[in-house]
Amino acid sequence: MQLALFWIFSILMLAFALGVVFLRNPVSSAMSLVMTFVALAAVFVTLDAFFIAVVQVLVYAGAVMVLFLFIIMLLDLRAEKHRKVRPSAWLGGGLVVGGFMAAISQVIAGWSALHQTKPELSDPSFNDVAGVGFTLFRDFNLPFQIIGVLLLVATVGVVLLSRKELK
Amino acid sequence: MPTLAHYLLVSGLLFSLGLAGVLLRRNILIIFMGLELMLNAANLSLVAFSRFNLLPNGLPNYNAQVLVFFIITVAAAEVAVGLAIIVALFRAKQTTHVEDLNTLKF
Repeated sequence: MQLALFWIFSILMLAFALGVVFLRNPVSSAMSLVMTFVALAAVFVTLDAFFIAVVQVLVYAGAVMVLFLFIIMLLDLRAEKHRKVRPSAWLGGGLVVGGFMAAISQVIAGWSALHQTKPELSDPSFNDVAGVGFTLFRDFNLPFQIIGVLLLVATVGVVLLSRKELK
Repeated sequence: MPTLAHYLLVSGLLFSLGLAGVLLRRNILIIFMGLELMLNAANLSLVAFSRFNLLPNGLPNYNAQVLVFFIITVAAAEVAVGLAIIVALFRAKQTTHVEDLNTLKF
């Protein structure tokens, strides 16, 4: 049952990721990206990472993609015209991606420790949010505050970049 | 039951698709979406490692999930700044096509 759910959502995710790369209209690409993120959140649920799954839907499928669609509409992008395809670009891209994939599958196939099934949790009803929260505020308190400053800096930077005339 | 290898394989495929998007597409917004796909592939393998390598008390290793939380935060900030730069670029050049942006080309 779990394996079936894993495959359903993985294949859904990869199919929509293909759509992101190969659809011509930027709006279709963005909608495919939303579905990729939602399917990825479902895969996170099969890994018992409920908090990360919820954050994935809220932040990525919600906030980030709204920003993307907003910019696409602001710039009024049309579907790309069929430009002349450069064979060298496709050859180079195919080689890099294929080589990367071959390297990964070789490592996975040759490493027996990766073929373990999921170990049982000692307490299946353990509160996942509490675990993340304890780790975040106890062990990673300083990085957490630094990330807050980073968000503030990003906000100020965006406001500065969006001014009418850039100095 | 899916094994760790399953998750790593799916994560590698997702990363390859993102990489293909960055290498093959010429629209700067789609290149940006490819970057997001690659970040999410990294998140998937982190969460898989956290679930498959339990701590001695039998719970997932939450350090990895906190790292994913940080990655999501930084990615959100990166998207906001990147899209602001793209809008500024569009105002200056009226294009989002990377081959039209060759001012720095030698």
